[in-house]
Amino acid sequence: MTMTQDTIKHHLTDALLMAYSAGTLPEAFSLAVAAHISMCDECRARLGAFDTVGGMLMESCDEAVMATGSLDATLAMIDLSDARPAERKAPSPAGVLPAPLRAYVGGDLDAVRWRPVGMGVKQAILPTKGDATARLLYIPAGAAVPDHGHRGTELTLVLQGAFEDKVDHFGPGDIEVAGEELEHTPIADIGEDCICLAATDAPLRFNSWLPRIAQPFLRI
Amino acid sequence: MVSPAVIRRAIPRLRQSTVVEPVKVKEDEEHPGLEWSACILRIREARDRTAFAALFRHFAPRVKAFLMRSGADAAMAEECTQEVMAAVWQKAHLFDPTRASAATWIFTIARNRKIDALRKVRRPEPEDLPWGPEEEPDQEDILALQQESERLEEAVAALPAKQRDLIEKAYFGDLSHREIAEETGLPLGTIKSRIRLALDRLRHAMK
Repeated sequence: MTMTQDTIKHHLTDALLMAYSAGTLPEAFSLAVAAHISMCDECRARLGAFDTVGGMLMESCDEAVMATGSLDATLAMIDLSDARPAERKAPSPAGVLPAPLRAYVGGDLDAVRWRPVGMGVKQAILPTKGDATARLLYIPAGAAVPDHGHRGTELTLVLQGAFEDKVDHFGPGDIEVAGEELEHTPIADIGEDCICLAATDAPLRFNSWLPRIAQPFLRI
Repeated sequence: MVSPAVIRRAIPRLRQSTVVEPVKVKEDEEHPGLEWSACILRIREARDRTAFAALFRHFAPRVKAFLMRSGADAAMAEECTQEVMAAVWQKAHLFDPTRASAATWIFTIARNRKIDALRKVRRPEPEDLPWGPEEEPDQEDILALQQESERLEEAVAALPAKQRDLIEKAYFGDLSHREIAEETGLPLGTIKSRIRLALDRLRHAMK
């Protein structure tokens, strides 16, 4: 995941990083944030700065009274766990999907269960709870995702290939944070099929009749 | 500026010590945070229970208070705090004092436990970065990170009360992500650069 480090131009917002650090994001957004950070040391460092603020606030809390025997109980817990020491995780093998996404897919790209949604575009909805949804999108080289607007926030992380919309060009590791104001038609680059992770906290609104009919089936 | 002796005292040269001596945790007036980092390194290298007890006495009451302010009742906060502190022992090999202070690192463990226990949702984590082949972190880097943390702490303390209040609300779970302002007003640039430097070194060492 390191080869894209220096080419990433589109990063997470401070608000998303702070909410992720505080632990208040819906699961689907946390997944997009964790996946981007896996590919982007700049945002990993920014998250470290926000975690520092969290640590500082925690340390400045007035001390609560611990239960009697709390330390001994914790040491007993440690003795139990030390009987079966935790293995250090092996670094994950190279692939297209960063580790947090692989945990949802059950493997790398070849494990994704794609469903066609028309015009060569495929998607796979990932199992997340809460009021936001996440899915992988497969857009054939040169194809467009229908013109759509959003009622909420949509995060789109490029995993492979690239796309372009009226905002800019987005390559591997780039994340687009789109708010309600954006109506866009992302188009995949000609060179390679584009694979993205899209997370949204509201259903997308399509502007043409065909996707509008398809929308209930797409569950997006 | 801190003398090298202070750093040496705080971060013992762990690989050379074959005898497990109890860590004497003294409040270092200039950099109390360094002592806590040293405790976690003692746990990591020598399974040092004295260092753990010192860490527990300082952090457990604060972790518990943090969990209670985030909405846990006293019984749940006590249980979660014990689990968090046990995790500090179990995960000590993942602590990198050039990227996080002890308070920061323990906060991330407490936060994850909070999401699990209170919100009952999954929180995907970024891909783990292993420690590089260097077993012993660079003492200058540890000190530099500590100094940046302290500078940030002073800057946050100096923020207008209203702004500080909003930041506290965000971290104690009283604001949704939609309610967090795009401009946080936090001066995070220098500590971010310091962490980025540590990450670059780690990446370089992994090659």
